[in-house]
Amino acid sequence: MTEPTLPILEGPNCPLPISDRGQIVIGHGSGGQMTHDLIRDVFQKRLSNPILNTANDAAILPQAPAGQRLVVSTDAHIVSPLFFAGGDIGRLAVCGTVNDVAMLGAQPSFLTATFILEEGFPISDLEAIVDSFAAACVEAGVELVAADTKVTEHGKSDKLFISTTGFGWADSNLTIGGEQAKAGDAVILSGAVGNHGIAVAEARGNLGFSSSVRSDTAPLNHLVAALLDANLDVHVLRDPTRGGLATTLVEIARQSQVNIQLEEDAIPIDKPVRKACDLLGLDPLYLANEGKLILILPAHQAESALNILRARQYGEGAALIGQVLEPSRGQLWIKTPFGTTRILDMLAGEMLPRIC
Amino acid sequence: MTDTPLNTRDASLTKAIMEKIRRVTTQPWNIMEICGGQTHAIMQYGLDQLLPPEITLIHGPGCPVCVTSLEAVEQALQIAARPEVIFTTFGDMLRVPGNKADLFTARSQGADVRVVYSPLDALKFAQANPEKQVVFFAIGFETTAPTIASTILLAEKNDIRNFSILPANVLVPPAMHAILSNPSNRVQGFLAAGHVCAVMGYHEYPPIAEQYRIPIVVTGFEPVDLAAGILMTVRQLESGQHEVANAYPRFVTREGNQTAQNIISRVFEPVDRQWRGIGRIPLSGLGLRPDYASFNAVNRFELDTTPLQESPLCIAGKVLSGVAKPFECPAFGVECTPTHPLGAPMVSAEGACAAYYRYHRTRA
Repeated sequence: MTEPTLPILEGPNCPLPISDRGQIVIGHGSGGQMTHDLIRDVFQKRLSNPILNTANDAAILPQAPAGQRLVVSTDAHIVSPLFFAGGDIGRLAVCGTVNDVAMLGAQPSFLTATFILEEGFPISDLEAIVDSFAAACVEAGVELVAADTKVTEHGKSDKLFISTTGFGWADSNLTIGGEQAKAGDAVILSGAVGNHGIAVAEARGNLGFSSSVRSDTAPLNHLVAALLDANLDVHVLRDPTRGGLATTLVEIARQSQVNIQLEEDAIPIDKPVRKACDLLGLDPLYLANEGKLILILPAHQAESALNILRARQYGEGAALIGQVLEPSRGQLWIKTPFGTTRILDMLAGEMLPRIC
Repeated sequence: MTDTPLNTRDASLTKAIMEKIRRVTTQPWNIMEICGGQTHAIMQYGLDQLLPPEITLIHGPGCPVCVTSLEAVEQALQIAARPEVIFTTFGDMLRVPGNKADLFTARSQGADVRVVYSPLDALKFAQANPEKQVVFFAIGFETTAPTIASTILLAEKNDIRNFSILPANVLVPPAMHAILSNPSNRVQGFLAAGHVCAVMGYHEYPPIAEQYRIPIVVTGFEPVDLAAGILMTVRQLESGQHEVANAYPRFVTREGNQTAQNIISRVFEPVDRQWRGIGRIPLSGLGLRPDYASFNAVNRFELDTTPLQESPLCIAGKVLSGVAKPFECPAFGVECTPTHPLGAPMVSAEGACAAYYRYHRTRA
């Protein structure tokens, strides 16, 4: 009987788990140490504030200031690709929700967010996006007070989805809303339309040429605050995002049961956007925007409003683009430079380029 | 000395030409613009509102999306549904209804349907996905044919065998014959499609003008171009002429682009083709020549070819041949809207019904 051959023991060499990974793995969603590390190293490092730092399951918000009401909005952000000229999903997730809260005349103060991550997503990209998210929070003057991360298996989601909810305070006496447009009101647009739509199409490689167009993604709450501080009688505020300027104004016309007429010549559209639209058979009035607002208020206040907007960042290109006409079932009309008029409808579905 | 570039959207120049049209018009005339791009521009700028009441514009069958046959759409749906296929198409084909579904539905059911701006992009997909069959839906008039033909030549040269096309290209002159020989025809003058003529020239038109004694004016797509084309047509009508004239000399010559024409005729040959809403028009389509038949997707896949029925409500045929205006259809704006099209002219922005729906409803 021979002696069994035994390995020579060299000492303890148990493989240590890899702690510094370059990408999201399922373990980041476990709720355990890896989740904690991710939250600490990626999120808390960039988004720290006293409420978030309590690290409880929920956040306690301060009481509403006297004479003010709570305004809430929620929005899921899915954009492909995640980075595009002029912005990224992080900036978009803050601005989209901040703007929705601001469009009721509220000053957004707090955000909550859920980050849904796909297994394999590079942590360096996540860091860049959270950096941008944090910078947009500072710019808008909002704090992230509660957040969650989830990880899906590879292929079960697409890289990164961010859902945000915004909270803000609005004066209890305000009655701003899509149903408030009145005959005789002026319709003002805060700047050129179509840039976000073209920038994202270009980032997707859908243009087939490079256009120099940058997304307009921006927080608009400071513009809104300036308008309200001037005691203007604001009837409607809305940001023309998906569906574009035309679809948003059709919504307002229907909600308010009025006809609205635009002057085509007066609608600001940047040259590269117009050129890209001409080449592709797209209509800039139906392209998405992420940093523009529509303001409807009594015509005699139009000039003051324009002066306020034009003096501020993101409002430099503001223009009076039309007026609210008679009460009706709610139609949107546009007067062409030829003196003719045509009706504008909502975007039917996905905007499709024309063939010739 | 440099020329100032012509601003083809100049409102005062357009209005001045319209004023001239008003001055030369003494009686009613029906003029057809063939091209859907022209229909779209007329509606977008409201140019029909600037014309004298005597002039009626009839919107022709020149929307390639609208006239693509139900059979071709059904074949596209069958091919797209195959798991090994990447189906590529110009964007606005996605919403064209087949019998029950459209390509959007196919995509939601898992088909890999991709929008491309050029067939060359489809060929790139084929190179990048050698294990897949990449099929391009070849629709359009003479304008899209040269690029499609060059793509096939390139596929042959580089031996890319997993690429094919579903041929559905159509030709303008046979459609003009079909419209003019129809006993209920009302068309008295034609605006020929500028882009098509930029490729094909207009040497094919004098026999048509002569045979039907009808003026044909090559016309562009911008307001000034359209107004000029209409003016030249009305002048001929008023003086009893029936010539072929060119109101788009910036881009169009009599002979057209010879290189493009040669590429088309190297790869394609005229074949009979079904036009949706109109019917079968002899030698009105481009089919692949026998040398290139291996690039025909119809030969590559087994397809069900049961004959198909159009919605009985849709009067697309009358609209596309200029016999009826879209709003004369009882389904217009009721059962048939851009979100729920019953027929193809309601689908594409170039379709006559969609253009009317979008730009021409009455104020309420």
